[in-house]
Amino acid sequence: MLLQDSRRWWTFTAIILLSGASWTWLSRIPDSAAPNGADRIASPREGFPAPGFTLPTLSGGLTTLTEHQGKVVLVNLWASWCGPCRAEMPAIQKLYEANRERGLEVLAVNSTFQDNEDDARSFVQNLNLTLPVLLDKDGSVSHRYLLRALPSTFIIDRKGIIRAVIVGGPVSEAVLQTKIEPLLNEAP
Amino acid sequence: MFPILQLGPLAIQVPGLALLIGVWVGLALAEKEATRLKLNPDAVYSLAFTGLVAGVIGARLAYAARYLSIYAAEPLSLFSLNPATLAPTEGMLIGLIAAFVYGQRNKLPLRPTLDALAPALAIMGIAVAAAHFASGDAFGASARLPWSIYLWDDYRHPSQVYELIGAVGVLGLWWAMKQRRLPPGINFWAVIALSASARIFLEAFRGDSLITVGNLRAAQAWGLIVLTICLLVMKAWNQKAAASATALEDVQHP
Repeated sequence: MLLQDSRRWWTFTAIILLSGASWTWLSRIPDSAAPNGADRIASPREGFPAPGFTLPTLSGGLTTLTEHQGKVVLVNLWASWCGPCRAEMPAIQKLYEANRERGLEVLAVNSTFQDNEDDARSFVQNLNLTLPVLLDKDGSVSHRYLLRALPSTFIIDRKGIIRAVIVGGPVSEAVLQTKIEPLLNEAP
Repeated sequence: MFPILQLGPLAIQVPGLALLIGVWVGLALAEKEATRLKLNPDAVYSLAFTGLVAGVIGARLAYAARYLSIYAAEPLSLFSLNPATLAPTEGMLIGLIAAFVYGQRNKLPLRPTLDALAPALAIMGIAVAAAHFASGDAFGASARLPWSIYLWDDYRHPSQVYELIGAVGVLGLWWAMKQRRLPPGINFWAVIALSASARIFLEAFRGDSLITVGNLRAAQAWGLIVLTICLLVMKAWNQKAAASATALEDVQHP
């Protein structure tokens, strides 16, 4: 047996390790192709640039994601009929109030195409929300962000790269704070 | 990719489900293997279960320790079901320590116990690959090949399928090896060595590799270290087993 013959075993070991090391070296990433988050195609997943969007806000006017570049942006997709969305929204509001001055922006995107504007407005009033609420009337943002479940939260760093994706909820303020804290401490 | 399985109002996260099934099948196989190796199957099951539970709790506590002031203000968040708030490395270390302590206290012989756990490791490799396939994580590098898949806005190597094939191969090789009478502990290290080898080879096709010094892929570098350790331990344990067998023969036939 291979293991019982020392010479054969050490030869085998040397061949395996040399092959592994050679393959590792050959398959290293060339300088020109070293993945840089910003060079990748926009996609709604960690490590990729966040897909851009422009949406109307509940209070009137338009908001574009790129205008918040340089800030840490939390995009939360929600609907008024969604229980977990209702449960976690106060935590997001508190997070927004506590970290706004440090460079956090929250964009609460209502999935209006599967909700309605009046219900969304009542939701915001009932929960006393002051954070920006956006209306995804045609579902384009939900589609671009491959919405699988409500709520879904995307945390985007100051360079526009998605650094965390949380599908489902409710998520507590503490959990969100642990996710944004290192990003807020990064240089703008 | 099938991240969510919608059953009426119930949205089941398929990656989590794959991992749960992996734990269940892995533990069942470990029990069966323990019986074959004449170990107490209940004790082996409890050891693995203790390690898993301690690992998950340890991973959450270690994560919370990084953000102590935040969790101190909201301690109930410790019980969150969110897997993103776990510290995997620390959790694995704590799980291993807990399993080791459990094994020592219950006088489980180390090497045969590790052999009994080997199929569970191989099954978990398959479960992780299946979870990646469901979620679209661990995705491949861009490639235009007849078998490329369109994922995340590009044609890519189906790295999750490669991973699945590799993991099934590791399980198959474990199955073949267990038919041979290898010294205790060797099968366990062989499963880890094979898994590390598969990782070294397949990482080259990934599009999300963590890069380390010299633009090397970190997983391959770690894989080489693990593989070296496995090969050294396999030789050392085999030598020790051979020496014990010779000594026993000398006693029986002086």
